[in-house]
Amino acid sequence: MSGIAKVLLFMVNCVLTNNFIFSRYLGNCPFLGVSNKVETATGMGLAVTFVMGLASLFTYLIYTYILVPLGLSYLSTIVFILVIASLVQIVEMFIKKSSPSLYKALGIYLPLITTNCAVLGVCLLNIGSPITIGGEVLEFNLLYSVLNGIFGALGFLLAIVLMAGVRERLETSKIPDCLKGFSSSLIIAGLMSVAFMGFAGLGA
Amino acid sequence: MAKKEKTVSSVFFNGILNENPTLRLVLGICPTLASTTSASNAVGMGLAATFVLVGSNVVISLLRNIIPDKIRIPAFVVIICTFVTLVEMLVKAFVPALYASLGMFIPLIVVNCIILARAEAFASKNGVLLSAADGLGMGAGFTLAITVIGIVRELLGNGSVFGLSLFGEGFEPMLLSIMAPGGFLVFGLVLGVANYFMNKAEKKKTEEKGVIRA
Repeated sequence: MSGIAKVLLFMVNCVLTNNFIFSRYLGNCPFLGVSNKVETATGMGLAVTFVMGLASLFTYLIYTYILVPLGLSYLSTIVFILVIASLVQIVEMFIKKSSPSLYKALGIYLPLITTNCAVLGVCLLNIGSPITIGGEVLEFNLLYSVLNGIFGALGFLLAIVLMAGVRERLETSKIPDCLKGFSSSLIIAGLMSVAFMGFAGLGA
Repeated sequence: MAKKEKTVSSVFFNGILNENPTLRLVLGICPTLASTTSASNAVGMGLAATFVLVGSNVVISLLRNIIPDKIRIPAFVVIICTFVTLVEMLVKAFVPALYASLGMFIPLIVVNCIILARAEAFASKNGVLLSAADGLGMGAGFTLAITVIGIVRELLGNGSVFGLSLFGEGFEPMLLSIMAPGGFLVFGLVLGVANYFMNKAEKKKTEEKGVIRA
């Protein structure tokens, strides 16, 4: 299989088939917390994409060239979370300077990207077992680790923007008191997840 | 309620009922969804998270006057991470079946928002004993809530509870419930039911207060 076809298949696999939110259960706190408006949802999704791409790059390099040769792979979680925390700090400073309105809108959720399990999750996936794409076994090398981070985050972006679109419409509709808030959002997410199950098998 | 003197038992039960991390505060959604495919997985995840909560709360409470305010979050994360690595090694060594089914969600306890939230909101401001009680109460509340969700999902999706088959051969399981969408749907519905009873109880309380005042 040619390189480009493989990358495209991998993208379909990450964004649709194995969507981080709907089939891997990663990154649900910001998914439910920041999906009130399409605008903030997009901002959050883009910030996560940036952090996840960078985090995949750095953690893969640190794991392969520092932790494994030294026999310290059991320290991976603690090292990864520190790398992610410092990256988030940098992104926060950058957004604060370049777009104060976005900074205000994202509010508390920006530092919370640190505790977004999608970011740590993708770093752990990158050092985990290989997957099969289009009938071929795919080992995560540097390129595919970074792509895994970026495509995974694009799947997150897609999910959170779709969710925000649904919730904007839902604001004016009548919902029973006990289902307001998180409860109805979870049920909507469940229905969307059923729809995403339709992609099962694509890119496998 | 907030004005009341904090005692060990009030702090403990606060975590189970009033501020149940899963059903009232809705924190830690990912482990809730991922570990509730069966009741025993849910109990395993709950116990692992409780261990980390109690450990990190105690250590953070002991160090609360030493940790500088500006770098407290990274410091908390490192402390939490130490306990998570400990749990990961223990589970891998002693309960390999649980490790296989929870997979990477054990190291992901680090980013469970419940733990960091309790460190920030409680352990960094209170004494050791109260912090331990808070960790234990929050952990128990989390474990109870996800076990209930796990029981519902396993019952619908597999016709069993804790691996014991209940309905016999003729039962047609609703597979959707233990697949990815089932987690969202069952959690949403359980949350709705919990809200219904909590709203009812609060209404009753305010009505009673009204009667006394009148």
